Amino acid sequence: MKALLARTVALLAVAVLVSPSAALARTDIQWWHAMTAVLGERINEIAAKFNASQNDYEVKAVYKGSYPDTLNAAIAAYRAKQPPHIVQVYEVGTQTMLSSGAVYPVFQLVKDHGVTIDWNDVIPPVKSYYASGGNLYSMAFNSSTPVLFYNKDLFKKAGLPDRAPTTWDEVEAAARKLVASGARCGFSAAWPSWTLMENMHALHDQPFADHANGFDGLATTLKINGPFGVKMMELLQRGAKEGWFTYNGRLNKAEANMGNGECGVFLSSSAYIGNLTRASEGKFTWATGPLPRMGGFPQGSSIIGGATLWVLKGAKPEEYRGVAQFFRYLASTENQAWWAGVTGYLPISNSAVKAMEASGHFQKNPQQRTAITQMQLGKVTPNSQGIRLGNFPSVRDAIEEQMENIFSGKKTAKQGLDDAVAKSSDILKEFAALYK
Amino acid sequence: MKRSVFPNRWLPYLLVGPQVIITLVFFFWPAFESLRLSLYRASPFGDRLIYVGLTNFERLFRDDAYLRSVITSFVFSFVVTFAGLALALLLASMANARIRGLAVYRSLLLWPYGIAPAIAGIIWLFVFHPSYGILPWLLSFVTAYQFNWFLKGWVAMALIIVAAIWKQFGYNLAFYLAGLQAIESSVLEAASVDGAGPIRRFFAITFPLLSPVTFFLFTLNMTFSFFDTFGLVHAVTQGGPGDATSILVYRAWRDGFEGLQLGYSAAQSVVLMALVIMLTAFQFRFAEKKVTY
Repeated sequence: MKALLARTVALLAVAVLVSPSAALARTDIQWWHAMTAVLGERINEIAAKFNASQNDYEVKAVYKGSYPDTLNAAIAAYRAKQPPHIVQVYEVGTQTMLSSGAVYPVFQLVKDHGVTIDWNDVIPPVKSYYASGGNLYSMAFNSSTPVLFYNKDLFKKAGLPDRAPTTWDEVEAAARKLVASGARCGFSAAWPSWTLMENMHALHDQPFADHANGFDGLATTLKINGPFGVKMMELLQRGAKEGWFTYNGRLNKAEANMGNGECGVFLSSSAYIGNLTRASEGKFTWATGPLPRMGGFPQGSSIIGGATLWVLKGAKPEEYRGVAQFFRYLASTENQAWWAGVTGYLPISNSAVKAMEASGHFQKNPQQRTAITQMQLGKVTPNSQGIRLGNFPSVRDAIEEQMENIFSGKKTAKQGLDDAVAKSSDILKEFAALYK
Repeated sequence: MKRSVFPNRWLPYLLVGPQVIITLVFFFWPAFESLRLSLYRASPFGDRLIYVGLTNFERLFRDDAYLRSVITSFVFSFVVTFAGLALALLLASMANARIRGLAVYRSLLLWPYGIAPAIAGIIWLFVFHPSYGILPWLLSFVTAYQFNWFLKGWVAMALIIVAAIWKQFGYNLAFYLAGLQAIESSVLEAASVDGAGPIRRFFAITFPLLSPVTFFLFTLNMTFSFFDTFGLVHAVTQGGPGDATSILVYRAWRDGFEGLQLGYSAAQSVVLMALVIMLTAFQFRFAEKKVTY
């Protein structure tokens, strides 16, 4: 009898001890993302730090594959009425998300839950690229911009001065010398449409699509077959023919050639700095410079790429409260500076840039400064605020298809660009017809 | 012949039930959905669904690139099927001989089938890569020609054909080996006694006796190369250079999955489905007459 009593007391004691933690059940917040390797680890780190900082919410970061994979997973989940709270969508999906009717605008969400984020602190190129009517519909997260990379060892071997070429004339001259001195690839670029077409148009203040690049209404036709686009493509076609420009494929395929020390001059995302640091370690040295300019065209600004975080409709109010808290956490100067510092993405707020300057981060990592300087020197005009197109991934495919036809000499620059414009118009008009 | 009659009327239905349900749910229902979707302009998140009749098909057939893609697909599929089967038959005949270590040799030949198309693509990408691939390096000793598949359409095409053949090779070989072993050695011995050499024996006896296997593999490889190869193309060429390797299934996948043009992509699937149904029907109608079971 005594034993039974003791056991009952013990059980009761356990029950009393256990129940408070049950009352502390945390609200789950699903965050679907597309970041791999080192970047994926950093994402988990952010979630873990946020979870440790408070007791009400548990952010669960889930890797869902490539950017298209992640977007498709979110779409399927939304249609099955089980959407994640937060989904990371690449920049070319921006118009799709804006038109979808499936999002809870971030500026609204933050306001609705009494959280303050200083949106005016967001750096202009990021804000202009993603804002609609002055408001951010998604949370700016990982943004980068293309910069020029050059292989110092190859430059030395070719007898070139140790500085980045700043104009296309200089790129051509350097690339010729590099090839003459035995380099297998004088000049190359990753993300061909983004670095060589989208950014070159914005950098030279040239229109990319009608309706102010899609910012004043849905774009229906591209404008890349103008004098600037043709001049740019003719230059590269000649480069491919003469051997100083080597085309190395779509997406970031060309980074393999820069990473193994083959290319002298190279264009890619500033977020490539991390990987190039690792790939070049003990093999060769390199540095960065701003994107090369072409004479005779006005100054614009380079534009960004990367992704933002979108909040989907269909969750409970207390969950949205958690999302708002999480975004406030993400937007803090400290976290922004940390994220930019460890990844090579742009710090998205002015205060984070200042904090990084103050901590001496750029003295230690001067290559990370280039992209920020380039953005600060740029002039944001209607042509360089960004590009917003419906079905943008398909448009990019259409452009890159024709770039390949031009580089291989199958078509003239003008013909190829005309064909890209015709094909893209077809794609853009479909999107416009869907949302008219 | 005496017909067996089972006493239980429901058991047979119960036994075929799962298979029928799987076929309906995973094959007929999606196929029907594609048919339906191909008549709509549909938004990714499902908030807009506008009936457009045959507009999606019109858009397809207006596009020269699509017609080029049909040709590209047929070239790709026929080369993969014919070259793949010929190679598998050749190696199966050799693997069928009595040699030392046969079991090991056979197992090794079956390996590639266990590999996903996308991975097969990546492996061959390393072999062909213009800057670090071994093949262009070896060829550079013989010729100054630049085998850069990023800009040369035919090299890109050759690359994905080789990768697809290699990927299917183990499967084809397994069936041919089984087929060869089912051939009675007495028949071949009789032919030898009659003075037929190895080549004559192969064409007069072995090949005709293998015709059911060949027919089966032919149909299977055709469907594989038409439907199952987008991962391979995506991993290696993304359809380029230009649209040189943009086969039908890759276009449908890319426009639907990456481009999120669901109705347009569904229309492409319907066309693809119709083409393959026609092709298969054609095979059964004409080629099967030449098959001896």
